[in-house]
Amino acid sequence: MSSRIFGSGIRRREDPRLITGAATYTDDLTMPGMLHAVMLRSPHAYAKITRIDTSRARQAPGVIASYTGADVNLNAMPCAWLPPNSSLKIAKYPTVAVDTVRYVGDIVAVVVAETPEQGYDALELIDVEYRPLNASLDPQKSCAPGAPQLHEDVPSNLAFQWTVSGGDVDAAFKNADVVVKERIVQQRLIPNAMEPRAALAKWAGASGELTLWNTTQNPHILRYLTSVVTGIAEDKLRVIAPEVGGGFGCKIPAYPGEFLAIFASRKLNRPVKWTETRSENYQATTHGRDHVQEVELAATKDGTILGIRARSWSAMGAYLSTAAPGIPTILHGLMLSGVYNVPAIKEDVYGVYTNATPVEAYRGAGRPEATFIIERMVDKLAAELTMDPVAVRQKNLIPKFENGHSVATGLTYDSGDYPGILKKLLDHVNYEALRKEQAAARTAGKIMGIGVGTYVEICGLGPSQVASAVGFQGGLWESAIVRVHPTGKVNVFIGASPHGQGEETTFAQLVAAEIGVAVDDVKVVHGDTETTPMGWGTYGSRTTAVGGAALVLATRKVKEKAKLLAAHLLEAAVEDMDYDDGKFFVKGSPDKAKTIQDIALMANLSWNMPPGMEGGLEASMFYDPPNFTYPFGAHLAVVEIDGDTGDVTLKRYVAIDDCGPQINPIIVEGQVHGGVVQGIGQALWEEAVYDANGQLVTGSMLDYALPRADRLPNIEVLSTVTPSPHHPLGLKGIGEAGTIASTATVYNAVMDALAPMGVKTLRMPFTPERVWRAIHAGGKSGGN
Amino acid sequence: MTVRISITVNGRRFDRDVEPRQLLVHFIRDLGGFTGTKIGCDTSQCGSCTVLLDGVAMKSCTCLAVQADGSEVITIEGLAKEGQLHPLQEAFWNKHGLQCGFCTPGMIMASHELLRTNPKPTDDAIRHGLAGNLCRCTGYQNIVRAVREAATAMAK
Repeated sequence: MSSRIFGSGIRRREDPRLITGAATYTDDLTMPGMLHAVMLRSPHAYAKITRIDTSRARQAPGVIASYTGADVNLNAMPCAWLPPNSSLKIAKYPTVAVDTVRYVGDIVAVVVAETPEQGYDALELIDVEYRPLNASLDPQKSCAPGAPQLHEDVPSNLAFQWTVSGGDVDAAFKNADVVVKERIVQQRLIPNAMEPRAALAKWAGASGELTLWNTTQNPHILRYLTSVVTGIAEDKLRVIAPEVGGGFGCKIPAYPGEFLAIFASRKLNRPVKWTETRSENYQATTHGRDHVQEVELAATKDGTILGIRARSWSAMGAYLSTAAPGIPTILHGLMLSGVYNVPAIKEDVYGVYTNATPVEAYRGAGRPEATFIIERMVDKLAAELTMDPVAVRQKNLIPKFENGHSVATGLTYDSGDYPGILKKLLDHVNYEALRKEQAAARTAGKIMGIGVGTYVEICGLGPSQVASAVGFQGGLWESAIVRVHPTGKVNVFIGASPHGQGEETTFAQLVAAEIGVAVDDVKVVHGDTETTPMGWGTYGSRTTAVGGAALVLATRKVKEKAKLLAAHLLEAAVEDMDYDDGKFFVKGSPDKAKTIQDIALMANLSWNMPPGMEGGLEASMFYDPPNFTYPFGAHLAVVEIDGDTGDVTLKRYVAIDDCGPQINPIIVEGQVHGGVVQGIGQALWEEAVYDANGQLVTGSMLDYALPRADRLPNIEVLSTVTPSPHHPLGLKGIGEAGTIASTATVYNAVMDALAPMGVKTLRMPFTPERVWRAIHAGGKSGGN
Repeated sequence: MTVRISITVNGRRFDRDVEPRQLLVHFIRDLGGFTGTKIGCDTSQCGSCTVLLDGVAMKSCTCLAVQADGSEVITIEGLAKEGQLHPLQEAFWNKHGLQCGFCTPGMIMASHELLRTNPKPTDDAIRHGLAGNLCRCTGYQNIVRAVREAATAMAK
């Protein structure tokens, strides 16, 4: 049975607690003497604080303390991704604003009270006088002359300037028959993890130890950063990520909220909990995307791509969040070749401070934006040459490769079969017939569009030496400890921290497949820095690609020791030993086998060990991958547009992805569904809108249009399997694939639908009004 | 000012003095200790707080605790009977209808309402019936499958 557990779509073991309401998320925690912190946030996008008086609030019922920027002696918020050669300017990011607020939602004061209600009441009694300043929101305008300057030490609001360059771009454009151009707006998005962020800090004054429960994707990184910000030594800090309700990138960074809960808990020597409201989440939990790109693609008249040249202005928001500078640079620019042979690539990226919420990784993080550029430009090229978009793709695809392919940006993709997966897509949908159906629909007066998107993504982050070279201030290895108990039951401790992705199940499957225990006999422990080995967290589709490799290799160490002990117990030479499905035996004598459970007992008893062998049956592995992994895929969308209303209906969506071998295909399919829908959301509905004064207009779920069940078709999910040559099991990762592919795919479908009306470009999201106006303006539409 | 009210949650009666402004969801979580019911927004959009109030689903953030005085509330914790999962819970598990699990209690309670009012829904009816509950992880597809399976199981 265990040999078949790899690849089996078993039910998740996480689920019983989640479907019965027994799971404990951070905000569900309570403890004796617990106080509640609430935040007063700036109503202005940019203003000087001329006076602040908390004296009335401090007198309010239930209020224990209040703090302003002058009271809080925490170190500044850290930025931990410092792209090299980028003239990076990290503006001071205080946990509480001192004399200047720089975005709506900036923390101005903290109130700690017996109940949250008493805290919120007291916020009303804090008197603040502001002197509003002109705000700056648009990343292109914010670094232009005359724009308001956000930080004294950052002229032109330029946080960094970074360039990726490979091949001879000037020659590519000089030799081009055609050049297509596009201005792309990657609108600002709100991640919307369903669980708002929360923190509970408990200071133990007697021992000087601090425990923090927090909604984080990476408790070990958070402990490290907490030590930096609060000055509490790492060995006295315990960070626990209990059940975490989705992250999508916004729970990677450290935030002022958790540090202020810690600050208050230390001051007051009582547990302090802080839970954001959804309105606060929209204002102050990190956003994603918000880039403006000017892109040119050079090609010959037969559709061969010669080069890409781009400039990208990336809004960073008011401060640099923990990993923010790495997103629009490293994770974006290096992926501009996509699945194509692109001999020359150059992109200049400008990171710009704006009076908005700081941005961070958001599902896909840089790669959706890169995929969008190349996939959009390929379609533009097809339109320019009146070629079918698929034909242009086929002309330029990198041929199948199994062990390394280098692209102009300097990356070496691990393995891929892009022509194969595109062919599978075309066959599955019968592309020719679909185009005929479209022609007939157009004749009948319908507005129908077909969009194709191909992608390759960089994930499984990543070799630590590369992390160093690209300025990531951490390692990117992962860790696992496999401990076999005397009864043969197994505990696995991992440094990564899943929060919905199902590794408690899939990692148990990995162990079961390796050493032949029942999958139900393996428990995966994660999310607590006190019990798990150091690890860098769950993001960038890396938990399985890196942590899974650590786990497999740790399990193989256990198996190797078990084999040695089995040989000793059977009085045989190791080289005469054989193994099958949890049993060790002398070759040819499977009836006299020692099971892994027998060996676990003997190892833990240590009554009869070979000379020099330690007791116990346990191994750990710190795995640093030799390369990234590169999942890929081909997607297709069919849309229909109501010409009277501009409403876009997604009629069909097909996703074919290749993440290597699948541990649990049901979980892979679930990741694809969710990822695809998140990307569809960006194309069709979602945008964080600020007005000219920096007020967040889409300040609640009433105003920000999230995908809902009734607006979506059933997604057809298929796959191919191309193992990674460097992962012990060939696994690549699937967490972000759907999102990376689907925005460009749906965008291309809508533009294909609108092409007969002369619409050549249009800004996302495709709201009915925007589409209706484009239809009626035809080729005269303003577009991006 | 407080008001004395009595609400039964999952069969347990709670007589409590509450502020008139207290929402039912806070009563359930903070006074009742049933934290399975989640708070995902503050505008009654996400549906994470959906419970059954006298047998009918409602978003418990849209109701003051005092309005529920004398009522009987069933939350996700009250759905399984004697350790036996409700067919909806079983179906969400079977069909991988959840990932992070945060929206799940509300989603299951809303599905309960859907099947109460329409025991044999089409996929389209399921999608419309759940349009008031947000999920960011699943893309809804496996939730639709789960509700369909539960409907079949409950019809037997």
